[in-house]
Amino acid sequence: MANVVYSWPTAEEAKVIGKRRDRLDGLVKATGDAKYTYDINLKKQLVVKALDCPHAHCRIQSIDTNATEKVAGVVHVHILRKPSTEIQFQGDLIAAVAAETEGAANEGVEKIKVQYEMLDVFVSDEDLKEAINVGRTEKAAGKTELEREPADDEDEDEFEEKEINRLLEESTYVVEGYYGIDVITHCCLEPHGATLEWKGDKLDVHLSTQNVSRTDEQFAEALEITADDVDVHCDYLGGGFGCKFAPDYWGIAAAQIAKKTGRPVKWMLDRDQELKIAGNRPSGFVKMRLGADDDGMVIVWDSQQWGTRGIKGSGAIEYAMPYVFSPKNFRRRSTAVLTNAELSRAWRAPTHPQACAMTQTAYDDLAAMMGANSYDIFMKNLANISSGQSAEVYAEEMKIGAKLMDWNANWHPHGRGPADGSLVEGLGMAIHKWGGVANTSNCLLRIHPDGGVESYCGTQDIGTGTRTVCAMVLAETLGLSENAVQVNIGSSKYPMSGASGGSTTVGAVSESHRRAGQDALEKILDLASPKLGVDSGALEAVDGRIRVKRNASKSLSWKEACGLLGINPLEVTANYTRGTKSPLSNIGVGGVQMAHVVVDKETGVVKMKKLVAVQDMGLIINPKLAESQVHGAVIQAISYALFEQRIMDPTSGAFLNAELADYRLPWLGDIGELVVHLHEPESERQRGVIGLGEPPVISGGAAISNAVCNALGVRVPVLPLTPKRVLDALRQA
Amino acid sequence: MNNFEYAQPRNLVELLDLLSSESGKTELLGGGTDLVGLMKKMIVTPERVVNVCDVAEMQGIYRDEESDELLIGAAVHLDKLLEHPHLEPFDALRQAIRGTASMQFQAQSTIGGELLRRPRCWYFRNGHGLLAGDGKMVVDGDSRGHAILKNSGPAKFVNASRLAPALIALGAQAQLVGPTREEQRELSLEDLYRTPVRVGQRENVLQPNEVLARIILPTRPDVTSAIYEVRHGEGPDDPLAAAAAAIQLEDNIIRDAKIVLGHVAPTPWVSHDAAHEIIGKPVTEYSAQAAGRAAVASATPLKDNQYKIQIAKVAVTRAILQAARLSAGGFYA
Repeated sequence: MANVVYSWPTAEEAKVIGKRRDRLDGLVKATGDAKYTYDINLKKQLVVKALDCPHAHCRIQSIDTNATEKVAGVVHVHILRKPSTEIQFQGDLIAAVAAETEGAANEGVEKIKVQYEMLDVFVSDEDLKEAINVGRTEKAAGKTELEREPADDEDEDEFEEKEINRLLEESTYVVEGYYGIDVITHCCLEPHGATLEWKGDKLDVHLSTQNVSRTDEQFAEALEITADDVDVHCDYLGGGFGCKFAPDYWGIAAAQIAKKTGRPVKWMLDRDQELKIAGNRPSGFVKMRLGADDDGMVIVWDSQQWGTRGIKGSGAIEYAMPYVFSPKNFRRRSTAVLTNAELSRAWRAPTHPQACAMTQTAYDDLAAMMGANSYDIFMKNLANISSGQSAEVYAEEMKIGAKLMDWNANWHPHGRGPADGSLVEGLGMAIHKWGGVANTSNCLLRIHPDGGVESYCGTQDIGTGTRTVCAMVLAETLGLSENAVQVNIGSSKYPMSGASGGSTTVGAVSESHRRAGQDALEKILDLASPKLGVDSGALEAVDGRIRVKRNASKSLSWKEACGLLGINPLEVTANYTRGTKSPLSNIGVGGVQMAHVVVDKETGVVKMKKLVAVQDMGLIINPKLAESQVHGAVIQAISYALFEQRIMDPTSGAFLNAELADYRLPWLGDIGELVVHLHEPESERQRGVIGLGEPPVISGGAAISNAVCNALGVRVPVLPLTPKRVLDALRQA
Repeated sequence: MNNFEYAQPRNLVELLDLLSSESGKTELLGGGTDLVGLMKKMIVTPERVVNVCDVAEMQGIYRDEESDELLIGAAVHLDKLLEHPHLEPFDALRQAIRGTASMQFQAQSTIGGELLRRPRCWYFRNGHGLLAGDGKMVVDGDSRGHAILKNSGPAKFVNASRLAPALIALGAQAQLVGPTREEQRELSLEDLYRTPVRVGQRENVLQPNEVLARIILPTRPDVTSAIYEVRHGEGPDDPLAAAAAAIQLEDNIIRDAKIVLGHVAPTPWVSHDAAHEIIGKPVTEYSAQAAGRAAVASATPLKDNQYKIQIAKVAVTRAILQAARLSAGGFYA
């Protein structure tokens, strides 16, 4: 289709793109007709439950499953961790029991006897000194950028140290701060798991996954078969957030058990297992200094950060700080703290919420120190940023946000606001960035001679509204309504489409579906051209008709035009490869969030009054879906800012609150008013589609922390800002 | 969850027949909002679960004309309590029910079951027993939610009931029946609770084959009441600390008062010191604050729960002010 020029219609031309449309599958989701993996039950299936290790660090000495095997209804016991295995975190699965019923499986699990040799435990990730003392740290990468360079004969480290200190000494204002953010879990409403069966040598899997197209390969590799023998389905997904890219070892084991027993198997993790082993976000803590000039322009940043991503690895805690703001001189050093905890997984905008919460709090503290308006300090420092979005767009977004928040009317210097008894109010803001590249995606589009349209794409709906996006793009392209398009997603047998990670899905499916649609339309127009007596370039597809541009009376109905295909349907496969420059998609977004909070100084309770989120994302396919994404993200930000934390027992390493009864989450009344502004000036629209899923979750944490600080005049350094932390900070102030 | 036998008796005689005299063998089921979770995690492993919801003598809300007391069946659901006209004067109780924030919980949970909710101590809930290694696990571990009062013994948990402080402040009695239908005793609701000192003891004085059948609530038109729960959020999570106050005001002077704190000790904590601070005085912000300070004067915080002293103090102050129909401040003023 070399002659097809891919493009989006202008805002004026667009009939579907950019319109507020309901989710096509909203009703089935709301009524329960939508079948999630957890809803799938197969005839004669076995139910699997697993024994998880109660200890955070130990070695298995022996496993005795004799009693389990005698439990009525138990069919098979599968050992996952053999004797002599070192277990490095609580919750690691040791053995699985497949039984006729869930009750029998649980009883079987209860009867497994394991002897453990206890080993030393360390989980206190905030305590860097102790971590060093007990040898639980690993140096992680850092970065230094200085305007001046050392002399040829000068030691680089010494020069850096001297230069940073010189810049700090020359600064009018120096902020020395400590900030942090706890580990949280992904806490998916639908836990990880699969229901699967072997059909001969072929494996059919219903998997709760955000990676439909590529998990077949992972099953195949582990089971020593080929990917063509695995079919992974996921029609609906009850939350992923970055933790559901793989079958995981329990998914593989489920397939092995199914093979061994010749029965279908259903294995979904229990809630506490889900929290303990199926996804968490790394913590971060930082001790830093920054120096600023008379005007509040930051000229130097120096930080030592640490955090844990569990039992090994440092990568995820090398937070790119300072975040968005990038003074001309900075040095960051980082240390990984190794704890007896499950290895972290990607969590919605990996590393960004942490980096933001540990950077922009310090910028806000600079404003507090100067007695300045935080808005002015943020605006000024836009002069030095590192982002895929421009300072001009950030500035524009700040202005919009300030208007929506009525910033100037509500602003008061830190700790100087009026009090209503023990209640004080505060404003805070923060800014964020994200890439949002379109992922690789293929779309098979079939247009039948009777006018029927169906598409196939191995993507998934992690909450994005993927089906709706696919249908809207095809509808726009073919001049049809969304309901006239049958969208098929959620199977690894469909053309490959990338995982939903990195805010890449809307870009991906917009690319593949628009391309397929344009390619197919070109053929239809070629066929219609002689009938309508004009060149195909003079035709357009609008309102269910193929018509001559600027002469709507000369037209064919869509069905008539498709009838020209003859007896065989038209099939088109279109592809987009991630990273290819394209007029349809782009990379690099920015956003601004502002929070208005009320704090009860006597109880330490923080309440959200209002949160304003201004977000750009290039061209917006469906503003209603986009707003919904932002709502979800800012609610999650409020959640990690005020409620969520993984609480580990410092002595045993047990995950103490691994139940939803103890793992605190916000309730509707905790959210306050949400105001979302989708920033789509023509200059942004022309950039094409850019991913949105992650960016709006990033800066809410810092904005809320800053608002609380503005209310109290005291920084509560570590998120979440629980009543305990607020009161402890006030007491120590 | 282990397999178990399930029984659904229609009256107290049938019910008592089904109960074992051995602790832990049988468990009573009200709404199941607590028991089911405990059984799933095998914290309790009864051989028989006995549903009390159809037991005739445990139903209904009646006024005893002679004694002018309200008799509340232990199997009455919280939403029924909330809407019942007899309960209208008991603000503290109604506020406590509303504070649970969940319609599902209110519709499902019974008053008896709520009063006997097992502690939410995460060491208990993770299988380490009520005393969690003689209290050592809590002391060395994470004690942010634990007791700041009456915590010198091995028990460090806090009593989980959200209704008990209000009902105790309002002078409620508990009517217990068993092991036979004829054996019946009444005790102050506060005496239903105890602080266990030995492994195997529960946090209440009920015998394994004894049933909390009714709550008896005196009607006192001259008493006003309120509960103030300090909650982290608007959800159904337990409060960080709470206080209920019932006061008898005459000519703007407090003649009698009962102040009961929740979630600060292994039992609901009746603070005579706090009451003492306000009896015989007009209600002022100053006297209410003095009562708050008195309520926590003997607090002995653990490593992580110093903040709860402040929260408990504020809860007492605000509960008194609200009971006196004065502005108490905070989010729920």
